[in-house]
Amino acid sequence: MKPGSIAIVGAAETTGLGVIPDMSQIQLHADCALNALRDAGLKPSDIDGLACAGEIPTNVAHYLGIVPTWVDGTAVGGCSFMLHARHAVAAISAGLCKTVLITHGESGRSRIGAQPRSILPASLQGQFEAPFGIYGPPTMFTIPVLRYLKTYGVTQEQLAMVAVVQREWAARNPRAMMKDPITVADVLNSKMIAYPFRLLMCCLVTDGGGALILTSAERAKDFPQKPVYILGTGESVETPMISQMADFTSSRAFRVAGKTAFDSAGIRHSDVDHLMIYDAFAHLPLYGLEDLGFVGRGEAAAFFGARHTAPGGKLPLNTNGGGLSYTHTGMYGMFALQESVRQVRGTASAQVKDVQVAVCHGVGGMFAASGTVVMADRQP
Amino acid sequence: MSERPLPAITPETRHFWDGTQTGELRLQKCAACNHVYFPPRPFCPKCASQDVRVFRASGRATLHSYVIHHRPVPGFVPPYSIAVVELEEGPRMMTNIVEIEQTPEALQLDMQLEVVFQRISEEISLPLFRPLGPSSTSSGRGK
Repeated sequence: MKPGSIAIVGAAETTGLGVIPDMSQIQLHADCALNALRDAGLKPSDIDGLACAGEIPTNVAHYLGIVPTWVDGTAVGGCSFMLHARHAVAAISAGLCKTVLITHGESGRSRIGAQPRSILPASLQGQFEAPFGIYGPPTMFTIPVLRYLKTYGVTQEQLAMVAVVQREWAARNPRAMMKDPITVADVLNSKMIAYPFRLLMCCLVTDGGGALILTSAERAKDFPQKPVYILGTGESVETPMISQMADFTSSRAFRVAGKTAFDSAGIRHSDVDHLMIYDAFAHLPLYGLEDLGFVGRGEAAAFFGARHTAPGGKLPLNTNGGGLSYTHTGMYGMFALQESVRQVRGTASAQVKDVQVAVCHGVGGMFAASGTVVMADRQP
Repeated sequence: MSERPLPAITPETRHFWDGTQTGELRLQKCAACNHVYFPPRPFCPKCASQDVRVFRASGRATLHSYVIHHRPVPGFVPPYSIAVVELEEGPRMMTNIVEIEQTPEALQLDMQLEVVFQRISEEISLPLFRPLGPSSTSSGRGK
């Protein structure tokens, strides 16, 4: 795929964000989709490609009145939308469709029209993890961290710093759910959830959604918004069981997806002006910075501590406030993508100056999957 | 007997759960490349050979990583550890660490552990791990 041959021409979140008790999950998909269509100056009848997770494409296509020639229901957790973008680039390039809509909608907090969460007792996870008292992401995603801390001599105070810095970004975003400044002491004194994880090291649980519209770069110039070009993408999966993650200090899926994206985009780390790393928990930006190669092994916490990712720092990271402070519906990856698009367009609340290249990195499940998208404000 | 989520045994995992019922921790080893692996499957996840053997593991392990969960969960009394141990033979598995205080001070990474089996239903005994005691260092076998 030629870097920059496909562009994002529409992007929007749901009208409301956080607590939306008056919308079911399918309506959250529709609400953000209609907002994204308006953003792009399109109607549902202009869409011929559809990708979504949480709801199957059949549900969303029927609900919105779309007649697709291409659908993608890849559902590998919160980074599914990064994979959708990658697949959409391929599909448009191959001529399977012209204009792709990607939707996310999740009633994660109000749980209206949401599927029940359950682990199949006959699955490997059902047999070899569920009997030991795992109960949602805070009891699984967190398990590798003590090994990481011990391996690199990183402290819980340093882990807490991730949440503190991201709150600083959230304070600059009116739509962020949590905006009040916090200190390392606040984080370490917040309610214990699953040692060593305190409440403020864990993501929010919210309602919301987001949608993207992609088309070819040639057509993109005719749309009302400044096109955001996709330079490169990557994807991978590792294991559905956190206990079977090969290395508790590094995600293989992160490394594979990240390298594929950087290589296909033809960029170096020094080219990156803005970075999003899906932060379901405070350790994820640390793993992400290291696995994407922005810093060496064990160096991410010190990088955070030196405020390099904070407002005014050399590598602005999670500038919406992240899953920790902005919003987290369950599959947060769409919101990371939305912030990358805003930053490249130059329309973000906490706008970073002159963003030419943005990297957006997602996780799915508990280090189970990963997707990376490299965006740019121009074609190479 | 327990409110814990019960595993539903599948044909490929039957040997493992039969083993825990009789006090054996069973792993699989590839006859072609000698890779020892878990969870169970009838082929080697490293080289795809279907020439694999079930064998009884030592039951010894070290504490690789864990969390101490503080929230209520059916079948558990918080705070309780959810751990991943590294078996002497190499593979890692999820478990709970028992017969020890559920505190960060007591639960030290890399501490030596041994398997114990807890029967939770007619069909299922779970492999749990406890600190390796001085009395068990010589025998050391998962009973």
